[in-house]
Amino acid sequence: MVTINGEEQAAAGQTVAAHLAQAGYNTARVVVELNGDILPKEQYGQTRLQDGDRVEIVCFMGGG
Amino acid sequence: MGLSREEFRAALVSRHGEACQAKFDVARVAVCGLGGLGSNIAIALARAGVGHLHLIDFDMVEPSNLNRQQYTLAQIGQPKAQALADTLATINPWCDVKSEGVRLTPDNLATILADDPIVCEAFDRAEAKAMLVAGVLGALPRAIVVAASGMASFRSANAIVTRRVSKRLYLCGDGVSDVGDGDGLLGARVAVCAAHQATMVLRLVAGFDEP
Repeated sequence: MVTINGEEQAAAGQTVAAHLAQAGYNTARVVVELNGDILPKEQYGQTRLQDGDRVEIVCFMGGG
Repeated sequence: MGLSREEFRAALVSRHGEACQAKFDVARVAVCGLGGLGSNIAIALARAGVGHLHLIDFDMVEPSNLNRQQYTLAQIGQPKAQALADTLATINPWCDVKSEGVRLTPDNLATILADDPIVCEAFDRAEAKAMLVAGVLGALPRAIVVAASGMASFRSANAIVTRRVSKRLYLCGDGVSDVGDGDGLLGARVAVCAAHQATMVLRLVAGFDEP
């Protein structure tokens, strides 16, 4: 299981890019932290989630 | 009536305490984006006596800014970086303000923000917010980011909170209101979010790392 934004999800084996697409995120508005470190956008496609990973996905809303 | 630097500082100490004010005196904070969030954050920090502010925005003051941004009619057409620096000088002339009219990009942000231990993300476009937050957390391994997401609309101000996403990222806002939804952008609500960001910055400087 992978903990994504505090919730256990069966996402192990999936790439970060695939997970973001499946969950409906617009990647241009997103910041992803994998196990406490920022994950550069260029690595979303080749980074596979593993059992025990902790992922934080922040999707920014516009306005300021 | 003139006030000496010593008298000004004594007034701050009466509100914040000497130990805390001594930390504010030497604090260094960057404010990226000087719109509804950034102009309010910068003024709050200057009023608190934060010693060094680094203001960054490439934009000019426009009439549509005036519902929420801390500029005046006379400042329309001026670069925001300069206009806000002028205002801060009337509030706290002893605040060391470095003001830059540049656009932050993935290529220049690490150089421009290299000396800033705390960075406020105060942009308006969601894509720019994500770029800055990812860029700073990735390129500046000691910087702490206080960002904002979700302050548009007429929803309750009570929905706006500060949360700690991870070790070096704090996020203020309701997390859901997007200006693109067309539900309005209310100055008072944006100011609530800016006050959350400024409060978190001052808490960090004072030594508190929980939201």
